[in-house]
Amino acid sequence: MKRIVTAIVHNRSGVLNRVTGLLAKRQFNIESISVGRTETEGVSKMTFVVDVEDERKLEQLTKQLNKQVDVLKVSDISEKAIVARELAMVKVISNPQIRSEIQSIIEPFRATVIDVSRESMTIQVTGNSDKVDALIDLLRPYGIKELARTGLTAFTRGHQKQVAEIKSYSLLK
Amino acid sequence: MKAEATQKMKTAPRTGADLLVDSLIDQGVDTLFGYPGGAVLPIYDAIYRAGESFDHILPRHEQGAIHAAEGYARVSGRPGVVIGTSGPGATNLITGIADAMMDSLPVVIFTGQVAKGVIGTDAFQESDVMGITTPITKHNYQVQRIEDLPRVVKEAFHIATTGRPGPVVVDIPKDISSTVHESEVDSSFHLPGYQPTVNPNPLQIRKLHEALLQAKKPVVLAGAGVIHAKGSQELKQFVQNYELPVATTLLGLGSFPGSDRLSIGMAGMHGTYTANMALYESDLLINIGARFDDRLTGNLQHFAPKAKVAHVDIDPAEIGKNVLTDIPIVSDAKAALEALNQFASDQLDHREWLETTQKNKGEFPLWHVDYETDISPQWLMKKVHEYTNGDSIVTTDVGQHQMWAAQYYSFHQPNRWVTSGGLGTMGFGFPSAIGAQIADPEAKVIAIVGDGGFQMTMQELSLLQERKLPVKVVIVNNQALGMVRQWQESFYDKRYSHSLIETQPDFVKLAESYQIPGYRIDSPKQLEEVLPSVLNDPHPAVIDCRVMQEENVYPMIAPGKGLHEMIGVKR
Repeated sequence: MKRIVTAIVHNRSGVLNRVTGLLAKRQFNIESISVGRTETEGVSKMTFVVDVEDERKLEQLTKQLNKQVDVLKVSDISEKAIVARELAMVKVISNPQIRSEIQSIIEPFRATVIDVSRESMTIQVTGNSDKVDALIDLLRPYGIKELARTGLTAFTRGHQKQVAEIKSYSLLK
Repeated sequence: MKAEATQKMKTAPRTGADLLVDSLIDQGVDTLFGYPGGAVLPIYDAIYRAGESFDHILPRHEQGAIHAAEGYARVSGRPGVVIGTSGPGATNLITGIADAMMDSLPVVIFTGQVAKGVIGTDAFQESDVMGITTPITKHNYQVQRIEDLPRVVKEAFHIATTGRPGPVVVDIPKDISSTVHESEVDSSFHLPGYQPTVNPNPLQIRKLHEALLQAKKPVVLAGAGVIHAKGSQELKQFVQNYELPVATTLLGLGSFPGSDRLSIGMAGMHGTYTANMALYESDLLINIGARFDDRLTGNLQHFAPKAKVAHVDIDPAEIGKNVLTDIPIVSDAKAALEALNQFASDQLDHREWLETTQKNKGEFPLWHVDYETDISPQWLMKKVHEYTNGDSIVTTDVGQHQMWAAQYYSFHQPNRWVTSGGLGTMGFGFPSAIGAQIADPEAKVIAIVGDGGFQMTMQELSLLQERKLPVKVVIVNNQALGMVRQWQESFYDKRYSHSLIETQPDFVKLAESYQIPGYRIDSPKQLEEVLPSVLNDPHPAVIDCRVMQEENVYPMIAPGKGLHEMIGVKR
């Protein structure tokens, strides 16, 4: 099952290596990672999308992450009300004849064209991963020359709507 | 458990190495295990200038230094401190770092590093210590600024010794240790991401107590966590209150007296039938400070299948890792036992169960064959126990001799058993004995080693001679990598691929070349003549005991089998 896990970490050299090394050593399959600074000086946030077999594996993952001295907080936010975004840039083969056709395809996705050349155009899209996937699927028939995705980054909404039955992995049950 | 401390260190013009030395003294360190080299020259110069402050122990290989530090930590309960140089010095420490990680031993390792300016250029004797040690340390640091050094040292000791103990590496570039730093250094530290839980949740303790009151077949499994937490007395009180049978793990030996009526011995692959059957049959398993290692559990499907499982561990990640837990208790073992001992010990109705375990103890004991002309290794262990009154410190490598020592040297106290459990390191036994002897100069220390493992670190005989330590090395010599041979016999149709060691040094002459008395023992008669006096002699000795090559460790849970499927049980 796919889960979105965030980790607040000290922004020190080697921390990313420590965390990904830990996940690799324990055979967790990482689908994406995005890391960036937060509002607090010296503190970064990592967002992982991981594919775990079951809740036990997930619990082990969060516990192992929590054990790291440089990790301040780990949350599994998959079932919470969250805002999650990914950025992708897609360079599609295109000529002047089909440029407008592509334009019309990307419009409902609120994607933008950020570069155009004679044989290609580059499209930027932000949104949740499903939306990004959908757009890429639509563009694929035209021929994708280059594709870059940032991986998901996410946090919980400001006004947390109480989602029924949030799974808690606390030991205190 | 204070994660914050403040201290201003007044410094005259001093180098980073001096700051390090001051910090070590500040931590109460008086013993160093280390090996000098280019990148740690400034540190060694500072140690030289610090004069009598440290007893520095120089092994003949860095692996010897770190295993000695592990033995020291195990016996003294204080952190072992190791210094190694950059590159090969650091990589020679790796086995010991991984060993300390697996067995949760508090060790602080300082490695030299090439100067900051050339890090990453494949400079002479450079290795990526941070990259190499990240997966095998509790935490590691590379000091980037000289003023960070005192804080980093404090944090390193704090992390290594609190919570679940473990190794911490501090990598120090040469320019950091050699640069003069004149201003005041603030060594306050703050570790918001590191707050081990020490005290148990009262609700969970109550749950465990209630489960105990309902249980018909409760059993306690005691691990090394009890020893680390210094909770042996509390454990004794707990099991006596409730009259509970106690099994121990390999590393938990000594947490509860092996000779006690309630002890059912070691559990696991080569544990006793009684202990394993008790785990298999139990309806409440109380694991205190053990991590459900696969060598203990055997096939997880058959591990305590009928039991409600309570697990006390200071490391939350261990709970539920291998075995599903019904009552999780994140806590220091001693604190949890103290909390449990608060309850009145109502009379429980499990006398029948206790009788069953007692009966099993009598009916299915550990067994072995004694030979007229050959020494059986099990008998050898019993003799070592007898001649040392069962109160010596015993260290071992990994393998058959380790299992025989675990089975036949009954431990009455904690911190007397020093063995490589998790990593299973050949070459651990002898140097760790040296560290154990340094930690407890009055103790009788016996290194029980195999002929294979001893040859991995036997160069430390030189250190033994230099320090005049009365460690006795008992080589259980079967001219084979015994456990490998046993597995090849049992599971590879006797194809002894490279496990029989036909050429060996003359261990007696080897010892003598280091001016250490050596003895070779071939027969039971000779053993009874020689061993008592040698073991009680105040000098070091190497005793080469030739034992039956074909002897196997039994009983055994074969790989993939369950607790109830032991083979080699005498019926």
